[in-house]
Amino acid sequence: MTATTYDHAAHEGEPTGFKRWLVTTNHKDIGSMYLLFSLAMFLLGGAMALVIRAELFQPGLQIVDPYFFNQMTTMHALVMIFGAVMPAFTGLANWMIPLMVGAPDMALPRMNNWSFWLLPFGFAVLLSTLFMPGGGPAGGWTMYPPLMLQTGTAFPFVIFAIHVLGISSIMGSINVIATILNMRAPGMSLMKMPLFVWTWLITAYLMIAVMPVLAGAVTMLLTDQYFGTTFFSAAGGGDPVLYQHIFWFFGHPEVYILILPAFGIISTIIPTFARKPLFGYSSMVYATASIAFLSFIVWAHHMFTVGMPLAGELFFMYSTMLIAVPTGVKVFNWVSTMWRGAMTFEAPMLFALAFVFLFTIGGFSGLMLAIAPADFQYHDTYFVVAHFHYVLVTGAVFAILAAAYYWMPKWTGHMYSERLAQWHFWMSVIFVNVLFFPQHFLGLAGMPRRIPDYSVQFADWNMVSSIGGFGFGFAQLIFVWLLIKCIRGGQQAEAKAWEGASGLEWDVPSPAPHHTFDTPPVVR
Amino acid sequence: MTAMTRLAQWVAMAAALIAAPASADFSLLNMTQGVTESSRDIYGLHMTIFTITVVIGVGVFGAMFYSIFRHRKSRGVEPSKFHHSTTMEIVWTVIPLVILVAMAVPATQVLIDLDDTTNSEMTVEVTGYQWFWGYKYKGEDVQFLSRLDTDSDRARRLDSGIQPASVDNYLQNVDQRLVLPVDTRVRFQITGADVIHSWWMPDLGWKKDAIPGYVNEMWTEIEEPGVYRGRCAELCGRDHGFMPVVVEALPKAEFDEWLANRQAGGTGMTADSDETPETDGELAAR
Ligand code: HEM
Ligand SMILES: [Cu+2]
Ligand SMILES: [Cu+2]
Repeated sequence: MTATTYDHAAHEGEPTGFKRWLVTTNHKDIGSMYLLFSLAMFLLGGAMALVIRAELFQPGLQIVDPYFFNQMTTMHALVMIFGAVMPAFTGLANWMIPLMVGAPDMALPRMNNWSFWLLPFGFAVLLSTLFMPGGGPAGGWTMYPPLMLQTGTAFPFVIFAIHVLGISSIMGSINVIATILNMRAPGMSLMKMPLFVWTWLITAYLMIAVMPVLAGAVTMLLTDQYFGTTFFSAAGGGDPVLYQHIFWFFGHPEVYILILPAFGIISTIIPTFARKPLFGYSSMVYATASIAFLSFIVWAHHMFTVGMPLAGELFFMYSTMLIAVPTGVKVFNWVSTMWRGAMTFEAPMLFALAFVFLFTIGGFSGLMLAIAPADFQYHDTYFVVAHFHYVLVTGAVFAILAAAYYWMPKWTGHMYSERLAQWHFWMSVIFVNVLFFPQHFLGLAGMPRRIPDYSVQFADWNMVSSIGGFGFGFAQLIFVWLLIKCIRGGQQAEAKAWEGASGLEWDVPSPAPHHTFDTPPVVR
Repeated sequence: MTAMTRLAQWVAMAAALIAAPASADFSLLNMTQGVTESSRDIYGLHMTIFTITVVIGVGVFGAMFYSIFRHRKSRGVEPSKFHHSTTMEIVWTVIPLVILVAMAVPATQVLIDLDDTTNSEMTVEVTGYQWFWGYKYKGEDVQFLSRLDTDSDRARRLDSGIQPASVDNYLQNVDQRLVLPVDTRVRFQITGADVIHSWWMPDLGWKKDAIPGYVNEMWTEIEEPGVYRGRCAELCGRDHGFMPVVVEALPKAEFDEWLANRQAGGTGMTADSDETPETDGELAAR
C-alpha cells in the first residue's frame, strides 16, 4: 500500500481568514465545519432540554408557560435531529470517507460547500421563529395537523427551513454516493470497504429516498394552510391520518439514518481496541441492508392507536418485530469481536462499549413497543421517551463521541487528554442513565410525554431524571474543554495513533495534510 | 467557599440522589394490571416480552462483560484471529426468529380480541376538545363536558403559589366523571372536535386517538367498581397536560339510578364525587 501525500497548505492565491472557510471546497475543512456546527447545535439543543427538565423538576408550573414549553420540546427535537446528529454524521463522512477509500476529496466539492452553508442558513430561519409573534412551532417535531396549522407567523418559516435542511441533506448524500461509487482507490472493491463507508452508503440512499417525502408532507401542510387544499382536513374530504402515514414513511427510515452510520463507527472502533478483526464483516453489510429495507415497511408502528384495521396492525407489528433480527446480528457480531481479543479501554472504546450495552437496552424497549396491544399502553408516554433517548443519545450521540475521540488525533495532530476524556465518559454514562432510566418507570406508571406539569405521584422520578439531565449537560462541557485543548496542543500524534488501528486513514500523517491521496494508494 | 462546605454539598446531593428513589412508591415502577380482562392480557404480554428481553440481555451482556474482564490486554492475552463462523451466524439469526414467532402468537390473539367491538350493551361517545372531554350516552339523552377540576386548575397556573401536593388528586380530577356500570360490555366511539387528542385510561388497558372527522371504536368491560384516572395522551396544544380522564365504575343498579337521576336533570354527581358543584343553583338542584 502506498500513500503519496504532500501538503499544499501554502497554496498561492488561496483565500485566507473567513473567506477561506466560506468558499472552501476542501473535504477536511468542510468536515470540520460540519462537526463544529453540530457541536454548537448539540449544546443549543441541550440548553433547550434543560429548560424542559428544569420545568419538570417539580410538579406545578414554575418557570415557563405551557405554550413555550411545547415550543421547547418541538425545537429541541428538530435541533438535535437535523442540527446535531445528522450534521455530525455528514461531518464524519466528509472527513473520513475520502481518507478511508483513498480519494483526494469528495466527488462534488463545490456542492459540498453549498450543502454545508445551507445548514447555518436553515437554522437561522428555524431558530428565528422563536422570536416571531405567536412564538415558534409548538406541535411537536412530528408536526401533526390539525394542531400544526394553529402555529402563528412562524408556520411558513418552519416549513421553509425544513426544505432548506432537506436539500442540504440530499446534496450531502448525493456527494457521499458519488464519492464512494466513483473514487475508491484501485483495488478497493465494495466488499473491502470499511464498514463506516458501507453504512454511510446505505444511509445516503435512505436519505435520498425519504427526505423528499418529508418535503412533500410539509408542503401539503403549507397548501392546506394558505392555498385552500384539504389534504389533511376531514371537513374538506381529506384525512388527518394521511399526514401521519406520510410523515412516518419518512420518519422511520429517518431514525435509521440516525443510527446506521453509528453502527459503522462502532464496527470500526471495537476491532481496533480488541486488536482482532471484525467478526462477520459480510453479515454486517447484509444486516445493514436488511435493516434499511425493513425500515420502509414498519412506519405505522408509530400509529398503533390511530385506529388502523386489524390487518394493518398485525402487518406492522410483525414487520417491526422482524427488525430485531438483523439488529441482533449486529450486537452478536460486536460481542464476538470482543471475544478472545486483547482489549484496552481508551475513551473511544469506552464509548463504543457503552453504546453496545445501552443501545441494546433501547432495542429491547423497541421490541416491547412493537407488540401492538402493549403499545396501546406505552404509546405517547415517557416509556417511548426513554426508548428513543436510549437509541439516540446512548446510541447515536455516544457513537459520535466515540468517533470524535477516535479520529481527533488524525484531525488535530494531537492526542487528547485521556484523563479529561475518562472524566467525560464516566460522568456522561452515569448521568445519562440517571436521566433516562427512570423515564421507563414514569411511562409505565402513566405519565404522558410532552406535558409541562404532572400529578404528584410522578414527582420523585422526575426529580431524579432532572438531576441526571443537568449532570449530563455539565459533563458535555468537559468535552468542549478537552476539544479546545486538543486543537491547541498536546502530545504529538503518530500517523497511526492507535496500536490496533487499520485502514488507509492511518497511512497519512497526523494531522492529515490539507491534500491527501493526490495519487491514489493501491489496495491489495 | 471552603473545600469542606463544597464537599458537604456534594454529599448532600448524592444523598438526595440515593434517597429519592428509596422514598419512591415502588408500585409506580410498572404498568398497572388494570381492572378488565383486556388490561390484564396486555399486562401479561408486557411482562412476557419484558422477561424475554431480560433473559436475552443477561446472556448477551454476560458474554460481553466476561470478555471485558478476561480478554483484556493488561492480562497479557494474545488476541485470537477468528473473524467468521457461518454456523454461529445462522444460529443467532434463527433462534431470535423462533422467539419472535412465539411472541407474536399471543400478541395476535390479544389484538384480535381487542379489535372486536361487537355485542356491546351500551355505547358512549367520547369527543376531545381543546382542552376537555365530552361524553354522550348514546340513546339515553345524557351528555356532558368533563373538565379539569377547579382546585387543580387554580394550582396549575404559573406561580400560583399553591403546592400541587396540597391539592387532592392534582391534575387527575375532573368536574364531571364519566360514570359507567361494571360487568357491562361498553363500546366507545371516539372522535376529536378540533385537533387530535387521545383518550387514555391505563386501568382499562386502552388508549385511542380522538381524530377530527374519524370515529374510532374500542370496548371495555370493567370488573371492579371504583374510580379510575387517566389523561389525554396526544399533544393537542397549550393545555394538553391539563385534560384528565376520570371514570367511575358503579354496580349496575347504582348506575341505573345515576342515569335516571341524570335524565331527570340531576347534576350527575355520585356519592363520592371529588368536587362540590360549582354554583349554588346546582347545589339546590341536587
Ligand atoms: C430494535 C429496533 C427498534 C424497534 C423494534 C423500535 C420500535 C419502535 C416503536 C414501535 C416506536 C413507536 C412507539 C410509540 O410511539 O408508541 C418507536 C419510537 C421511536 N423510535 Fe424506535 N425502535 C427501534 C430502534 C430505534 C432506533 C435505532 C432509533 C433511532 C436511532 C429509534 C428511534 C425512535 C424514535 C425517535 C421514536 C419516537 C418517535 C416519536 O414519536 O417522536 N428506534 N420505536
Ligand atoms: Cu419507527
Ligand atoms: Cu392532549
